[in-house]
Amino acid sequence: MSVPDDRKYLETHEWFQVDGDIVTMGITQFAASELTDITYVDVPKVGTHFSAGDVVGEIESVKATGEMYTPVAGEVVEVNEALADHPEYINDDAFETGWMIRIRADDLGPLEKLLTAEQYEASIS
Amino acid sequence: MPDSLLKTPLHDAHVAFGARMVAFAGWSMPVVYTGIVEEHNHTRNVCSVFDVSHMGRLRIEGDDAEPFLNRICTRNLAGAEVGRSYYSHVCREDGGVLDDVIVSRYEDHWLMVCNASNRAKIVAWLRWQGQGRDIDLTDVTTSTAMIAVQGPRAMTLAAEIVPVDLSALKRYRFIAVEFLGMQFSIFRSGYTGEDGLEVVCPAGAARMLLPKLVGAKDEPHPEIRFAGLGARDTLRIEAAMPLYGHELTEEVDSLTSGQGWCVDLSKDFIGVETMRKLKEAGLRRKMTGLELDGKRIARQHHKVCAGRSVVGEVTSGTMSPTLGKSIAMAYVEPDRATEGTALEIDLGGKRCGARVVKLPFYKRSK
Repeated sequence: MSVPDDRKYLETHEWFQVDGDIVTMGITQFAASELTDITYVDVPKVGTHFSAGDVVGEIESVKATGEMYTPVAGEVVEVNEALADHPEYINDDAFETGWMIRIRADDLGPLEKLLTAEQYEASIS
Repeated sequence: MPDSLLKTPLHDAHVAFGARMVAFAGWSMPVVYTGIVEEHNHTRNVCSVFDVSHMGRLRIEGDDAEPFLNRICTRNLAGAEVGRSYYSHVCREDGGVLDDVIVSRYEDHWLMVCNASNRAKIVAWLRWQGQGRDIDLTDVTTSTAMIAVQGPRAMTLAAEIVPVDLSALKRYRFIAVEFLGMQFSIFRSGYTGEDGLEVVCPAGAARMLLPKLVGAKDEPHPEIRFAGLGARDTLRIEAAMPLYGHELTEEVDSLTSGQGWCVDLSKDFIGVETMRKLKEAGLRRKMTGLELDGKRIARQHHKVCAGRSVVGEVTSGTMSPTLGKSIAMAYVEPDRATEGTALEIDLGGKRCGARVVKLPFYKRSK
């Protein structure tokens, strides 16, 4: 499975796509298939401020519950409202329709230490 | 996948059918093929095949076999009928459940099927308790296979495959037949809440039987599909069937577990004294069904609360594919466990409302 190379990754299966100072985040297709049928997605309220390393969301499936972490500090500017009624979007298309949260990062620095698409792919094979 | 994991006789078939394999109780097992919910629904609506070869299969024989089994099992096995299977617990002196098992009576021997995770423990327990008795114990797990065929279409489809009349086979009965030159035991039982069969046969026989059940990857059977451990769990939770390690542990006794129907307190078995005392004193916890508000799922160890008090603990939970509701099994204080009682579950920080409902959550229509 090849992952999009227009973003960075964490070994814990989150992806981060940067546009200016806005970071869009979600979980990878690999993580979604490990979880299997996702039943509920917990995303924060717009306006919440997080520190680097905080849990920003939870993804629940029939099988297990997984947490999502942010590597950057910042304020939540948008969340994917569609996931409330369609948590399965993450299973269907984890990299696009299944995006979860957008944060305006205080400092993009921490993203440099994240894995590239190639490095993440290597970690899951 | 580490080389030290055991493989069932059907391992290659799972991989060929695209299963995701996981390590489970020392075995490489299929957790999902196409999707847990899809496999779950197919079992409820049509027919699924589960490889359950990882479960322990122990052959017991000898002159003392019946009294020996009657002493280690909670169930009354005295005068057990040939061709019948009995669900039972095996307990410690203090009533703690060592395992839940199914014991089947053949003409000249018994078969005990136990959980994969408890096989070593149960073998050791049987050997120790069997000292000085005329019994022989053989662990036949790795030389045999066990396949479950479950769903409303299971009996009809099996009748097309198995050249034996199954119409007279009642629930929890079994027949031993010879087919393709090999011995098969066909049990009318299962762990899904649907009708169906569980077949025990030599390892090689399973590989010959399998294509008749699921077909091949590029030419699958039109109705029968593989299902994995993920769906097995959601199915058994809906049917409120206990899983060792969750509802059953050495810290709980058979009466509290809600399986008191398989306990005969009038006979002598290991653990009976404790259970008689427990029954007289009154059970302090009750196995209870909960339906949660919303879509969050309760997991094992989540606390059940009434206001500021903790009144119980969740043992299993999932989003029920059949009911479309979040359901959980929990041990709850008896006076908070009456149907309709409103409680809360602490989902690790967040509270969720829940209501006590009758078990099982799902019952198949007859």
